[in-house]
Amino acid sequence: MSEHVEWSEPEAAVVPASSAVTPADAADAARLVAFGLQPKLQPARDQEYAELLRRYREDPAFARLADAVAAGLGLVVLEVSPRAGMAVTAAEDSVFAVRMGDYARRASADSGDRFLHGLAHLAVAAMAFPRPEDLADDGYIGRVSVHGVDAFVRQACRRLEERADEQGANTDPATDAPGLEAAWRIWARRSATGATKDARRLAGSTTGIVGKAVAFLTDSGFLQRTGDDAGGTYRTTARYQLQVRDMAGSAAMAELLELGIVPVTDGTASLLPAEDTDDLDLVADAGLPFHS
Amino acid sequence: MGPAADEGLARRLRALACTAPLHDLDVRKANLAGEYSVYGMAEVALAAIDLVTLNMDFDTGADHDQIVARLIPRIAAQAPRRPVAEHERVARWVLENLINVGSVDRGFRAVYGTFAPDGSYVRRDYDFKLLEEVPGYGGSVYLRTTDEAVNVLVGALDTDVTSAQIAAEVKLEVLISRGRLADAQLAAEQARYRTVQYSETLRRALDATRRNVRAVDWLQAVPDMIAEALDHVADRYRHENAILTNIRKARDESEDPEHKRRAAELVDIVKDCIRRHTQLQSRLLEAGPLFRAEQDRQAFATPMTTSGIDLYGHLVAPVLPLPVEQALRVTDAFFARGTGLRTPVSVRVGDLVDILLTPPLEREHLGAEMPEPDLIATPDDSRFSEEQLAAAMELLDLPADAPRRLSGLLDDARRQDPELPYLVALLAVHAASPPVGTAHRQGEEKLLFSVDDGVELDDSEFGGADLIVGTATLRLEHR
Repeated sequence: MSEHVEWSEPEAAVVPASSAVTPADAADAARLVAFGLQPKLQPARDQEYAELLRRYREDPAFARLADAVAAGLGLVVLEVSPRAGMAVTAAEDSVFAVRMGDYARRASADSGDRFLHGLAHLAVAAMAFPRPEDLADDGYIGRVSVHGVDAFVRQACRRLEERADEQGANTDPATDAPGLEAAWRIWARRSATGATKDARRLAGSTTGIVGKAVAFLTDSGFLQRTGDDAGGTYRTTARYQLQVRDMAGSAAMAELLELGIVPVTDGTASLLPAEDTDDLDLVADAGLPFHS
Repeated sequence: MGPAADEGLARRLRALACTAPLHDLDVRKANLAGEYSVYGMAEVALAAIDLVTLNMDFDTGADHDQIVARLIPRIAAQAPRRPVAEHERVARWVLENLINVGSVDRGFRAVYGTFAPDGSYVRRDYDFKLLEEVPGYGGSVYLRTTDEAVNVLVGALDTDVTSAQIAAEVKLEVLISRGRLADAQLAAEQARYRTVQYSETLRRALDATRRNVRAVDWLQAVPDMIAEALDHVADRYRHENAILTNIRKARDESEDPEHKRRAAELVDIVKDCIRRHTQLQSRLLEAGPLFRAEQDRQAFATPMTTSGIDLYGHLVAPVLPLPVEQALRVTDAFFARGTGLRTPVSVRVGDLVDILLTPPLEREHLGAEMPEPDLIATPDDSRFSEEQLAAAMELLDLPADAPRRLSGLLDDARRQDPELPYLVALLAVHAASPPVGTAHRQGEEKLLFSVDDGVELDDSEFGGADLIVGTATLRLEHR
């Protein structure tokens, strides 16, 4: 049901010789894009929005006009459908793009914080879509919780720490080269939570950073809050799936490949349950029923 | 120097680093506003770490305020003439410094040097925490001592600093050697801890099943674990009910208040154990149906073309071991394209001028005017009027040495007012068992009483005993 846009098509083709585009059509196309800029708006709740979506799907000339309006504004059309609405996202360097410096002030000065915020977003997506099938299945709704995301990243860090210990490696980073510190150590040494004077979540703690990420994604219309358990529970929307699948995942993969790292998996899901929490009191003598 | 010796040196340097924050407290107390040199800060800090270790529940941690409250007696002993507020300030200062609230990681860092395999000298950062804050139920924050703190500061210096296993053992040993836990209590707590562990394992297995049914071994491992856990629950349930019966007896029969208190505590712990066992059992029973439902959903669904990206396997797992410089490029790329869009806020100069020139809204200091409440007089539906009560009290104001029969009082009352005998009878019956203790405490001098000596009341309106009504004088004895 997804209709991906052919970008190779020149924009001049928008005006076919047979039917002239009227200013009213252009206004309608722009209004549809404007609806798409309100990601929390649901097509089912707005009659005009639903009507414009129907027109996009039935009238190719109108569709091309709307695509052109979006492209001119610096937007990428991910999908136009009744479930996701006019799913548009910001192209690189567009005025609509989110910049890390605006997102978190500390992140621009401190590369450690910058990494933590980025990893939080990646971890939320990994937790929301644990299997490759889940990312591909349009009907799949993922569920995440703030504490769950933190626990699962901490667990992955703990495994790396154990592996380093087994190999007898000293993972303490060299003092004069902080950039060479292993990434997992940054998350592991940041505290999970902290008491504050006004009983709010400590912004610099890892649960604070994950909490900020899910709150931001909720504002983007990517997540919906479902409850307050485990630091806040959320479910994904169709837009988030599209965004992760078509934009973020492949971009991050491309970057990883450029670093010369080719992750090899056999196509089965590799997200395994935590074998041991960061709860240090649980002595590891209980037989744990998981594949390693 | 060989690499093995160097490793040992590195280990001891790390152990030494863990004590630095404590020495640091005594150095920095001079910088506090006020005269704090009388306090032994390192001593308070060690006491705080001991307290947190002893009060750590197996699944949560120690409560912040509770630790402060328990530290205060020791601090007060160091400087008895200082105000309590200052003692509390010292306790909080020490606790905050052990957490190291000022740093973004809420931890400490020490620098030490080692020789790399190629013979070059490398300075390294060692990051550690002494007290850490962990999330509890409902958003609360608890304190826990870290393994480093337990090993170095509670145990001894010559241990492997990061071993969780040793930390757990030292902790239990300390608990026992200091006589803080009776044997029964220890056994019960260990069983509770085992139950918590089973619940945790089960919860994680179910969570993982919901995500990917193949990640969990439902053929053998989980059914084995469930069977084992059910056995554990049955076993503990029998045991703890037996313990409960025994300690309840001990609690009720013991004369020593200390023993009584201990036993009462133990009853609470065992009750909590039983509650947790029951909870675990109900979860165990739900596990099978959940697995079958997830299996239907995941394994028997029609296979579809996958997107090819396994977010964890292809992205998270390879990124974590990378140096942060490189990992940053991947997470930045994900962030830039994974956060969606924000519509920029644009301001027109015309609007800005209007906004800036608008006078601020005057707020009424007292707030909005309250509407006058519309009061409706409720009809006085008392059975007797104030005058009638005064008349009855006068009638019953008898001299202390001359009690009277109720029948006589009723006749007197009837002569004044036909309603009055009812009130007198009511007051007389009410005086049958007067609250002497209360009246005495409140400093009353006399008290109305009535006694039944077996004589029947012969009256046109009332029946029952012809009470003797009198006034007793209460004498206050001053010692």
